[in-house]
Formats: sequence, structure tokens, C-alpha cells
Amino acid sequence: MTDTPVQAPTHGIAAIIKHSRYVIAENKVTGFSFGLFVLIVLAAVIGPYVVPYDPLASATSVALKPPSAAHWFGTDQLGRDVFSRVIVATRLDFFIAVASVALVFAMGGLAGVAAGFFGGWVDRVVGRIADTIMAFPLFVLAMGIVAALGNSVQNIILATAIVNFPLYARIARSEANIRRDAGFVQAARLSGNGDIRIVLTQVLPNIMPIMIVQMSLTMGYAILNAAGLSFIGLGVRPPTPEWGIMVAEGAAFMVSGEWWIAFFPGLALMIAVFCFNLLGDGLRDIVDPQRRT
Amino acid sequence: MLTLIFKRMLMAIPSLIGVVIVTFLLTRALPGDPAAYFAGPAATKEAVEQIRVKLGLDQPLIVQFGRYVTDLAKGDLGSSLTTGQPVAKEIRARLPASAELTLLGLIVSMAVAIPLGILAATKPGSMIDHACRVITTAGVSLPVFFTGLILVYLFYYQLGWAPAPLGRLDIFTSPPKSITGLYLIDSLLAGNLEVFWASLKQLILPALTLAIFSLAPIARMTRAAMLAVLASDFVRTARASGLSEFTVIVTYAFRNAMLPVITTLGMVFSFLLGANVLVEKVFAWPGIGSFAVEALIASDFAPVQGFVLTMAIMYVALNLLIDVLYGLIDPRVRVEA
Repeated sequence: MTDTPVQAPTHGIAAIIKHSRYVIAENKVTGFSFGLFVLIVLAAVIGPYVVPYDPLASATSVALKPPSAAHWFGTDQLGRDVFSRVIVATRLDFFIAVASVALVFAMGGLAGVAAGFFGGWVDRVVGRIADTIMAFPLFVLAMGIVAALGNSVQNIILATAIVNFPLYARIARSEANIRRDAGFVQAARLSGNGDIRIVLTQVLPNIMPIMIVQMSLTMGYAILNAAGLSFIGLGVRPPTPEWGIMVAEGAAFMVSGEWWIAFFPGLALMIAVFCFNLLGDGLRDIVDPQRRT
Repeated sequence: MLTLIFKRMLMAIPSLIGVVIVTFLLTRALPGDPAAYFAGPAATKEAVEQIRVKLGLDQPLIVQFGRYVTDLAKGDLGSSLTTGQPVAKEIRARLPASAELTLLGLIVSMAVAIPLGILAATKPGSMIDHACRVITTAGVSLPVFFTGLILVYLFYYQLGWAPAPLGRLDIFTSPPKSITGLYLIDSLLAGNLEVFWASLKQLILPALTLAIFSLAPIARMTRAAMLAVLASDFVRTARASGLSEFTVIVTYAFRNAMLPVITTLGMVFSFLLGANVLVEKVFAWPGIGSFAVEALIASDFAPVQGFVLTMAIMYVALNLLIDVLYGLIDPRVRVEA
């Protein structure tokens, strides 16, 4: 987002509305998912300041109350407001997803581009690493990594990034490979640019659209993976509000009928993943219409 | 055909070596001193030193790795810190529970997803096609533990159709005599229908949860593959020759569309084996997933390592099986081999 000049707010808003209208008209589903995405980002940014209750404050007098006007999503076993917790959790879940996707983009993207551009032993080493990661069921490998490196949010991010590495490395590799002898690369080489410079200034910017689509598509998976890890008790610790751990805490109450404790965080998780998947599909249709299935 | 299987097996060896190296490195990446870690928090300095020598941690890394591989070859995965039991024994005892759940989930999923994908492809743009699209998009967005909990709430708490989500059998039924370890098959072999129903009732919800989760990729791939095949020349020729629609779709189109579907199964298994862990936690299923989760919470690393290794070896084996199956279905692969 750029800083809109204060003196011309109507112009900025009008431009945004115009562009949104164009996007929505182009593809209603993409428009819808973009709206959801804006909501999620809003909840992540301003959520903690606008929620009606302190997400950590317990009040045993109102424990396990079903959804009502005072507590929209009900209260949990300690009387904490589920609505406030779900909204506040958005920031952490969103942060984990963005951080892990950014990390895997840096690792996998660069390794893949290097493999595709230089070929030879670089290609073989990157390929071998990717193959080895792919030999594991991904969630299981993520469990093993977090168990070995230690139970923390950073390691959840790292594990999620590592299991996505092969995907990014492969796409970046094949995209870089078809461009290694492209006209613009030869032109850059003839004007005296070194290989590293060509990779960073010519090849990488050219494969960015496809990589960005990939990032959007894997955001959903990253959130699911992280929430799954915290559901089984890794990473985030109670009482921190996080969707996966909230579902885990509410799971025991599902069998006794207090459905709202696990339902709303699970629903938030589902909506977030759904939104990223739709957005990714929409972006892919715009960038690369041939891959549509 | 035998040479093909042999060649594929050779190709699986590098994956296996990679898996063993990674699981070895994972233990060595444990924060702090592994000897102190394995000795437990209350251990004295001498005890830690003793463990260090016992585990061979005073040796160079390559010697340690050699030792790890020799132990593996003997089927020794170390012992659990909390129970003192050998990990391999525990995993062997729990594996059938996980296998039964995963296989039933996959069968249910394929039984729904493949017809759905075929119907969606034969009538593009119809209601069923849109339904297929919605189901596949929603399916990949559903956290598997969330689906499981919703099913428990609906079918156990609200409707009372399903039993409590607490393991493979209710406490009043004793398990059948173990032959395959799969309760459904064992009870049928023993001719005990009562146990069969009891275990089926416990299995339905977790299997359905896994099925809903894996439905999306299979249906999506079936639809895409069928669309591609139905547009091809030989289908047009078959239609022009006046073959019935059923023959065209099932014998001509579907057999050819199966190849990409089988390839997707590899990816589906990767998801299924991971999702299995979460489903086992939701339904208190006594499989290897919940074994690993319990160990994780107790910071007991040997079972986790054994679990990761077992899952990875199974996954490599499944991929091998898929490759061989591919060769059986596609005669061209056999000719090339």
C-alpha cells in the first residue's frame, strides 16, 4: 500500500473503488475473496485494539455461556470471550503464514532459480534436497522438525517453510530454466553483466508473477499446517489465542454440547484458508490462464 | 514386468537413504546436549556421562551414524523414555489401527470422488459440475481436525447415531483374535458380526473425516483427466462408431483418465498420512499418530523419530506401489522398461 496524500482523499478512495469494481466484475469469486482478504488483514492489524473483551481475561462467573448479545461467540471454560480471542488470534496466525511463505520464497525461490539457471551440480544438489524432503509425508516431517528443533513459534514457521521448499524450488527451477537463454538474458550478458547480476535483475523479476501466485496458493496450506501443529500441542502455548490451539481446547467440550468454543476458531481458520485458496486460483487465472483446471 | 518392478525398487533406494540421514540428523539437531536430554532432568553428571558412552555420543558423527544404521537394520528404533518400552514394538502394535483407518478413509473417498469427477466432466457447466467445484474448493480449505469435531458434534452429541469418539471399540466389546490386526477383517474371519459392527461404528466417523479431506484432490484430478480424455480423437472415434455412452465413458475414457488420477494418489497419501495424526487425536484412536503426539508432549524423542521414520518408509513404499500399479495399467511404461 502506498501513502495516499491527505489532501486528495476522495480521489484515492474513488480510484480504489473503481479498481475494486473492475476486479469484481472480472471475476466475482476473486472479488469476493479479495474482500475477505481485506477483512482478514484488517482483523490482524487493528483486531487487538477493537475487540470488546481482553482475550486473556477469565471470568468464571460467565464460563461456558452459549453465544449471546454480550458474547457473540459465547465464552469458554474460563469465561474468556471467544469472539475477542478469535479476532486477536488472526494476527498470530496470519503472521505465521506470511513469515513461513516469505521464508520459503527466499529459500526455495533462490535455490530453484540458481538450479534452473546454472544447471550442473547446483541443479543436482537442489534436486536431491527437494527429493529427500518429498520422500516424507509433509505434515509428519514438520512434526519431526519442530520436535527436534524445539517447541516454539519460530520453529513452526521454519518447519512449514521447509516442507514447502520442494514446491517452490521446482517451480522456480523450471521457470528459470526456460529463460536461461532468452533474448533478454543474452542481451544482459552481452552488455557485460555477471551471472549473479543477471539472475537477480533479469531472471528473478521475470518469474515473480508465477511465484506470487504460488505464495498465495500456499498461504492456505501454511495456515493449515501451523494450526495442525498447534492443535497437537506444538509451538503456540496456552493461553495465547491461536486458532489451532483454541480448537484443541474446545475439542473436549464438543462431546458435551458446548460447540461454540471450538467451532468459531475452526470456522475462522476455514474462512482464512478458503479465502487464500480462492485468491490464489483467481491470481493464477489472471497471470497464467492456461493452468486453470 | 519383473524388471520394471526391480528398476523402480532401485529408484526408491536414494529416497530411503535420504530419509534415514534426515531422521538421524533430526536427533543430532536436538537443542542442548542429547546425552543430558536422554538422561532426563534429574540425572547426575556421571549418569549423563554414562548415557553419553552408552549412546555412543562420544564417538565421531560418522561412527554414530554407522551405529544408527546398524540398529535400524536390526529393527531397533530405541526405547521410549516414558514407558521404557522398545519403540519398534509399540509401533508394530499400533500400526494396524492406523492402517485400518487410513485405508477405509481412502476407499470411501475414492468411491465418492471418482464418480463425482466423472459426472462433472461428462456434463461440464451442469449443477453437478458446480457442486464438484464447490466441494473440491471447500474440501481443501477444511482443517481436518475441525471436520472431525463437527462430525462428532452432529452424529454423536446431536443425533446420537455414532458412538463416543474414544478409540477402536467401546469398552464392552473385546477385540477379535488378531490375525491381520485390522478389526474389520479379523472379526469377519472369526465370524463375529457383533464385533464387526461395533468396530465399524467406531471407524465410520474418523474414516469419513479423512475421506472428506482427501476427496478434493481426487475429484479434481478425475474431472481434469476425464475432460482431457473426452476431448481426444479416440473418444470421438468410439462415439462415431456408435458405441454406447457407458462403454465410451467407462472402458474408453475412464481407463485412460486413471493414469493421472493414480499419480495424484502419491500426493493424496502424503496428506492422508499427515491428516491421520490429527484425526487420531480427535477420535482418541490408538494408532501410531497418537503415540507420536503423546511422546511429543512428553518431549520423548525416540518414539517421534521412530514414527517419522516409519511414516517415511511407508510413504516411499506406497509411492513404489503406485509406480508399479502405473506400469500395470499403462502398457506403454512396460514396453519402455
